[in-house]
Amino acid sequence: MSMFQIFGISGSAVSAQSQRLNVVASNLANADTVAGPDGQAYKARQTVFQTTLMGQRGFGMNAGASAEASAGVRVSTITEDQSPGRRVHDPKHPAADATGYVTYSNVNSVEEMVNMISASRSYQNNIEVMSTARSLLQKTLQLGQS
Amino acid sequence: MINRLTGSLDFQTEALVLRAERQRLIASNIANADTPGYVARDFSFAQALRQATGSSGGPSALGGPITGDVMAEGFGRGRASPALRYATPSQTNLDNNTVDMDRERASFADNALKYESTLRFINGSVRTMLEAMKSHNQG
Repeated sequence: MSMFQIFGISGSAVSAQSQRLNVVASNLANADTVAGPDGQAYKARQTVFQTTLMGQRGFGMNAGASAEASAGVRVSTITEDQSPGRRVHDPKHPAADATGYVTYSNVNSVEEMVNMISASRSYQNNIEVMSTARSLLQKTLQLGQS
Repeated sequence: MINRLTGSLDFQTEALVLRAERQRLIASNIANADTPGYVARDFSFAQALRQATGSSGGPSALGGPITGDVMAEGFGRGRASPALRYATPSQTNLDNNTVDMDRERASFADNALKYESTLRFINGSVRTMLEAMKSHNQG
């Protein structure tokens, strides 16, 4: 029954979106970080999504096209933004360099907020897909009962 | 004999299977709404149903007497998966993703409703058949 695969598809999307949300949370938390453990300011991270084929075949369907049809999502890599961090002139700051500038992380909080809303909307969409599939399956199970 | 009883359900069964398949496809599209380079896919339900039932019309095409040959052919043929088509994007996207969320959500709701209505048609047919089987004494 191909309907059961919807849970796999939407489940993979939900977990990918929650990982994205996780990355956004750590970016926002580190928006004002001055120096990390390695002495460098925090670099903003971005998740990269990739389509992953859910290998199962649909019931009674031909092999090729149907297996191709169900496409889940996974996080392939998490990239670090290499753009230079925000520099603020503050000679009294303990982390200031020789010229009196402090390098903060390169997190753009507006960008992260937009990213967060987008991730949360996508998460909701996928949950809705799952709940619709669930209620349809439940009705299918009750087929023939009055 | 049992062929004659279930024959009237064949059309709706094919429709139900195709609806489930389409539901899964749309779920894939929604799941990949943020994947760079993903191309949204869909199939023409009418065409797929015509192909699956091998008829040009609705249930009326099954109205004739169902012979053993038709059933045997139906089982032997198996179920071909519908031809997938790629959606043409209404707006270009920087990451080449062609999922239009509004369209997908509308299709999803539409398909869910039609799946449910097909279920009801099957339920109705089954109930009619059961009613016909009942003897007068039971009623």
